[in-house]
Amino acid sequence: MALTIDKIFKQYGRYPALAGVSLEARDGEFVALLGPSGSGKTTLLRVLAGLDRPEHGGVFLDGADFLSLSPRERRVGLVFQQYALFRHMSVARNIAFGLEVRPRAARPPRPEIKARVEALLALTRIEGLGERYPEQLSGGQRQRVAVARALAVEPRLLLLDEPFGALDAKVRNELRAELRRIHDAAGVTTLLVTHDQEEAMALADRVAVMNHGRVEQFGTPEELEAGPASPFVFEFLGEVNRGPCVVSDGMVRFDGFSAPDIGPPNRVGVGEGLFRPSDTHLAAGPGAEGLPVRLIGIAGRGAIRRIDCQAVSGLVFAAEMPEHLCGALAVGERARLTVRRAMGDIAKAAATQAVTPAPLRETA
Amino acid sequence: MIAGAVRRPLSGPGPWLLAAGALAWLALVIGAPLAVVFAQAVAKGVGPFLDAFKDPDCQAAIRLTLLVAAIAVPLNAAFGLAAAWSIARFEFRGRAFLLTLIDLPLSLSPVISGLVWVLLFGSRGWFGPELDAAGIKIVFALPGLVLGTILVTVPLVARQLIPLMIEQGADEELAAVTLGSGGWTMLRKVTLPNVRYALLHGVLLTNARAMGEFGAVSVLSGHIRGLTETLPLHVEAVYNDYDFVGAFAAASLLAGLAIVTLIAKAALERTAMARTAS
Repeated sequence: MALTIDKIFKQYGRYPALAGVSLEARDGEFVALLGPSGSGKTTLLRVLAGLDRPEHGGVFLDGADFLSLSPRERRVGLVFQQYALFRHMSVARNIAFGLEVRPRAARPPRPEIKARVEALLALTRIEGLGERYPEQLSGGQRQRVAVARALAVEPRLLLLDEPFGALDAKVRNELRAELRRIHDAAGVTTLLVTHDQEEAMALADRVAVMNHGRVEQFGTPEELEAGPASPFVFEFLGEVNRGPCVVSDGMVRFDGFSAPDIGPPNRVGVGEGLFRPSDTHLAAGPGAEGLPVRLIGIAGRGAIRRIDCQAVSGLVFAAEMPEHLCGALAVGERARLTVRRAMGDIAKAAATQAVTPAPLRETA
Repeated sequence: MIAGAVRRPLSGPGPWLLAAGALAWLALVIGAPLAVVFAQAVAKGVGPFLDAFKDPDCQAAIRLTLLVAAIAVPLNAAFGLAAAWSIARFEFRGRAFLLTLIDLPLSLSPVISGLVWVLLFGSRGWFGPELDAAGIKIVFALPGLVLGTILVTVPLVARQLIPLMIEQGADEELAAVTLGSGGWTMLRKVTLPNVRYALLHGVLLTNARAMGEFGAVSVLSGHIRGLTETLPLHVEAVYNDYDFVGAFAAASLLAGLAIVTLIAKAALERTAMARTAS
């Protein structure tokens, strides 16, 4: 079902947890809410599930008012961070719970519930675990049970709160692909809360980057990657180098090198420039152009080498280069640095009316 | 469990002496008196011991004790559950005060717990004249005994439940609600099963205390033989009559109750441990 969230405000005491969040998800879409802790993403999930009531704003599902419904009327599937499986019930009873608590008239007959539980066990690939208890399961299995239990009520909306947070890295990657497969099979509109940008970008059709109770940018992973709406988004989506810069004519000009600005157009000012190690290129030998640097560290054994280098100004930058381009690069040698694209952050400088470049800062 | 992991076999004279000392002390202050109770009860043979229970006053005391417990225990179990749930699940003004208030009877002398009801409902109490006019008897009657017992046993269920409910968190209950469960269904299918061992534990303690309570009940009873005397009061009354076999026979019943409670409690803990360990 199509979800529309319209200017939601939610206050905890004096602290605004949601400061006017608007968002929409198409029918069957997988949307990730990405942001640091305290950005309001979990609060938004609780508002959608009916566990919190916003002060202002509206939520509509296929155009129908959603906020006036009680949590039990909403029919959302909520997967909790710690899964919240019923500890004294078997896996099968956990999954069947949402069907068994329905009023007699709406409750499916027993064989039908049983068949549905079996189908969900198969969908989440935990066949044969139906008689186990939650405490007898691994973290990954518990998460599958939580998803199966949420899907049992045929939810109009599936909400996942940091579902991979409690799992180790290997299981996490496995389950990520599984979750996408389950979503595609169930076809339910899904919202996933995460602080892991890699997870959001890998899983979701569209990602909403949240900060201070607002949606900073909402778009496909490709859109976010190619055109971040703000320095915050750019920084949150990956590792960055920093250096003082001047922004003008769509270029970010650092001391000794410059790069096309991928920030909002037509900006002029002084501030801090951000660029990714993966957008940084180092070349040695005659004819190389760019900022002269000295290489101070090379790490990594795989296809990508990570190289730390220092400019004459003292600034340290990180670069990531494919191994086959690193031939002549060695620690202690000199090279030239060029940057494919950068993001100028002139908000802070503009706010303080600074005209001098920001002080040099040691950065990783 | 961490405590279990650091436990090791007894070795060396120091720990040995410590353990032996502790055991000797317990044997002296708990074992010996308990043994005396049972020994005195059958001092003149099993016949007189059994005859003591044929005394109609003794039978009335047993009936009254069971009746008081049968009213006070369910009421306090229900209140304890409600109080524990609201304290564990909600943040509200007066929460800390409620917590302290629940603990108050533990530090209050039971005599006070009895006296407050006399001051409220006694014939010279605040509501005394109105109650007299309406013909309702609270003090020196069953309602007074029940009120005194309830006040003394208020903390026992709530204190078992609060830490557990805080530790378990609200997520399972919230999950039940989002899955379409109503409040009663949630209570029946999620909240109660999750705390059932702690609740049973609290009920056992409440029951043992309710049947054994002396101080509060003594103030409220009026000591009318065969009418307002519970078993502990009966023990004292018979003892003062120099009927030692009768007193110790009734006392052995109370001591037996305590032992049964302990065994039930241990069995419960074992079951609960086995469930969480598996």
